[in-house]
Amino acid sequence: MSALNRKLLRDLWHLRGQVLATAMLVACGVAVLIMSYGTLHSLLDTRDAYYERYRFADVFASLKRAPESLAERIKEIPGVKWVETRIVRTLTLDLPKVAEPATATAVSISPTARPALNGLVLRQGRWIEPGRPNEVLISEAFADANAFHPGDRFRALINGHRRELTVVGIALSPEYIYSLGPGFLVPDNKRFGIVWMSREALEAAFDLDSAFNDIAVSLLRSASVETVIEHLDRLLAPYGGVGAYARDEQVSHEFLKGEMDQLRAIGQIIPPIFLAVAAFLLHVLATRTVETEREQIGILKAFGYSELAVGWHYLKFILAMTLLGVLLGCLIGIAFGRSMTELYAEFYRFPFLYFRLTPGVFVAAAAVSLAAGALGALSAVRRAVRLSPAVAMQAAAPVAYRRGGLEENALLRSLSQPSRMILRHITRWPVRAAITSLGLGMSVALLVSTLFFFDATDKLIDTYFFQSHFQDATVRFVEASDPVVVQELARLPGVMMAEGSRAVGVRIRLGHRSKRTGISAVNADAKLVRVLDADLVPVEAPAFGILLTTQLARILQAKPGDRVTVEVMEGKRPVVDVPVAGIVEDYIGSLAYMRKDALDRLMREGPRVSAVELRVDPRRADAFYRSLKETPAVAGVTLWRVALQSFQDTLAETTHIITTFYIAFGSAIAFGVAYNSARIALSERGRELATLRVIGFTRFEVSYILLGEIALLLLPALPLGCLVGYGLARSMVENLSSDLFRIPLVIEPSTYAVACLVVIIATVLSGLLVRRRIDALDLIEVLKTRE
Amino acid sequence: MTEVVFRTEAVTKVYGTGELAVRALRGIDIELFRGELVVLLGPSGSGKSTFLNILGGLDVPTGGRVFFRETELTRLDDGGLTNFRRNHVGFVFQFYNLIPSLTARENVALVTEIAQHPLTPENALTLVGLGARLDHFPAQLSGGEQQRVAVARAIAKQPEVLLCDEPTGALDSRTGIAVLEAIETINRELGTTTALITHNAGIAGMADRVISFADGTIQETKTNDKRLAARELAW
Repeated sequence: MSALNRKLLRDLWHLRGQVLATAMLVACGVAVLIMSYGTLHSLLDTRDAYYERYRFADVFASLKRAPESLAERIKEIPGVKWVETRIVRTLTLDLPKVAEPATATAVSISPTARPALNGLVLRQGRWIEPGRPNEVLISEAFADANAFHPGDRFRALINGHRRELTVVGIALSPEYIYSLGPGFLVPDNKRFGIVWMSREALEAAFDLDSAFNDIAVSLLRSASVETVIEHLDRLLAPYGGVGAYARDEQVSHEFLKGEMDQLRAIGQIIPPIFLAVAAFLLHVLATRTVETEREQIGILKAFGYSELAVGWHYLKFILAMTLLGVLLGCLIGIAFGRSMTELYAEFYRFPFLYFRLTPGVFVAAAAVSLAAGALGALSAVRRAVRLSPAVAMQAAAPVAYRRGGLEENALLRSLSQPSRMILRHITRWPVRAAITSLGLGMSVALLVSTLFFFDATDKLIDTYFFQSHFQDATVRFVEASDPVVVQELARLPGVMMAEGSRAVGVRIRLGHRSKRTGISAVNADAKLVRVLDADLVPVEAPAFGILLTTQLARILQAKPGDRVTVEVMEGKRPVVDVPVAGIVEDYIGSLAYMRKDALDRLMREGPRVSAVELRVDPRRADAFYRSLKETPAVAGVTLWRVALQSFQDTLAETTHIITTFYIAFGSAIAFGVAYNSARIALSERGRELATLRVIGFTRFEVSYILLGEIALLLLPALPLGCLVGYGLARSMVENLSSDLFRIPLVIEPSTYAVACLVVIIATVLSGLLVRRRIDALDLIEVLKTRE
Repeated sequence: MTEVVFRTEAVTKVYGTGELAVRALRGIDIELFRGELVVLLGPSGSGKSTFLNILGGLDVPTGGRVFFRETELTRLDDGGLTNFRRNHVGFVFQFYNLIPSLTARENVALVTEIAQHPLTPENALTLVGLGARLDHFPAQLSGGEQQRVAVARAIAKQPEVLLCDEPTGALDSRTGIAVLEAIETINRELGTTTALITHNAGIAGMADRVISFADGTIQETKTNDKRLAARELAW
């Protein structure tokens, strides 16, 4: 090894604390990059392979009832490859260990053949057998949550008839990777599941002999999805079709896609922060190293090392640090990426898992990091190259300080000398001070932009569950019914208040944009459901026009005054143009609202209800649940207390893990920046500090000078970080919002305070580490050597 | 001039252990008296700096005892030694060790702010002949001027002892003499007990006593009949 390289290694070892602190920042950036993209690619690959292997359909449609013979005509639509007709209905379940009524989506399968589309993965047990109508397969998540095994039984209310079903197998389906019950906000596997049962049994139960009410279609590669959907809609319209939709609007697929978009967003937002801070730190470190080693640079050049060789030596110093970070980051990224992928895979219950890291991710991470490192080192290396040997070998003159304009300030004149030292040091190297402040600020920002998630979800929960929904239960019917059912349900035990509500499946279009959603009716006198405007103030729906949620307005790019086309997908299927009367906010879903009478007019029907909202006396909840389990024609029940609980549980499971992770990362930045800055200050001012100790300054007084500077730099960093954090949170909100929910941009003062506190603590800790070195200063050695 | 300020008993100092052990001091017994100006002479490695550092509370001996008046320095902990330096000792080093970010006046104020009965920074700087350079930063002062600021900083607290380690080592003879004049003035006007290390025998003439070190021991102690004024020195 050449002497110069040996020097390099020893220098790195000598500065190991700073080297490690800087490398850790690079590592964090690289790790997040590899983790998020690695997880993303692995999940995408796994999902695609799952879809492919189990023939996930391309187009879906529901209808009221069509004869099986229609399937042949659907097959003839150009571009259609396979058609799978089926019966899909909602069942009310009476589970032995669950007090509340549960619901299930029943999907028909053939006892003798596997489905052509949306194939099932049989995880336990066996397939259903012919002639045994009570045998079912159930979804794995549902089975696990309720501890069901093959051979177990549970009761179900199927079209008003009580039946006892026997679990013979446990299965997975690409169609229900994310299985969300009707009216649920997040999966609740205990109270909602998928039940696959024989077509024959469902035909008999729902009076659908030789008929179907749901269809899945796969397409040829060359097919145009839009054209097929158009054809399909035309064919299904006479049979009560409610509009075909592509994969993009299929609930499970859409959720999965939202999750992956989030991963992608994190991979794009977070790593640049780390790498930028690391580049700044490398810049400071490189500059300082070149300053310290000017005599050595002079000697090297005097001995005949070329400018290039000297420049390369210092560039290598920086690149070595960066490379160490890249390597650490790759290792951490692979480990975290793998466990994160496994976490997701477990959550989604993929039948298999491809953990794949494309070399491209590593190459990109390394290239970006090394470029950031080189950029950071550029000016220092240039200085080393340009230093003339004669100048370099002379001792540097004492650093020239000047009195700033600040000096005339009476307040500053009253400062003690140590405080002046702090101020002058900062004003002497303003760029470095700014970098330190900025770095500390970025860690505050990172923390604010992740911690705000708690505030946002609190706000979301408060708005959705406490400001706009006051019911305890929502009972939905299979079909819109006469309002008399409201009175019937009001008579159930424990019910204190009952209100009918109406929701209609529609597709809303504006220009070339469209969205499949629902219009919910708003009763002027409703007490259990309220619609809130963008400022969360309750609004009354106008006599004419439609109210769009912010999310829906964003998708359609609609604003008040625009006219949207509403295509109703049930009943008489009217298509009407309606003015947008206003924008409302509910964070979850992308619904539209209309006044009850306006919706009834639009539907060209008399008053109808599709659900009933109920207030229930909690002391009589059990009796209420029991009678609900017996009520026929119920398509589903949402229990709001349970919904809130599972919403919070899901948040706790996912967000909290990620947030802990980012608190660690944010602290890492703060620690790295503060430690580096303190170490560099110590190396520059060791002599001064030793002099002060000799003069009789105590360790505490000396530490004040060094750590006071960091404390002072932390001051502007805190508000700056809060401000940048707000901006980051804003872009997070935009990136993380999906059609399914929107994260409100709410940051409580306490969140800013916590973010600042974490950074203050990290800074203090790094200060304490450096303080140990101040305590160990060798006074005599420092004073004996020439500057 | 019989009041004893420093008294050492069999002071030894060993650096390192085993075969690598270096015996820097091999049993020093000495007394320094109030108002006395002592020059410590000797080649490098003779132990004079180690001895001065022990007197100043910068270092602790391996064996023996050191008394400052009634206080046994060898019994003090780090905090005690810091206080001792803070309240009683002024230091001047070969390299001036000024704080570059503070002006001459502020460098002196650094000490006067924490001392019990200090001179004003202006008075201290006037004593060393720098009354006109109060607001200059170190980078704006010559080497001799910087060293005189260091002297002013050392004596501004009106210490009982002034310890100088090669104060002229980095200076030419003309500027060196200006610095020695400053030290002499302080010794005379404030009655500060002064110990001055040099390997320059030419400086010995300004001392009351000259103590010669060699190989960690005191080789010779000589009392000058008549002290020369600093400006009469030449080397």
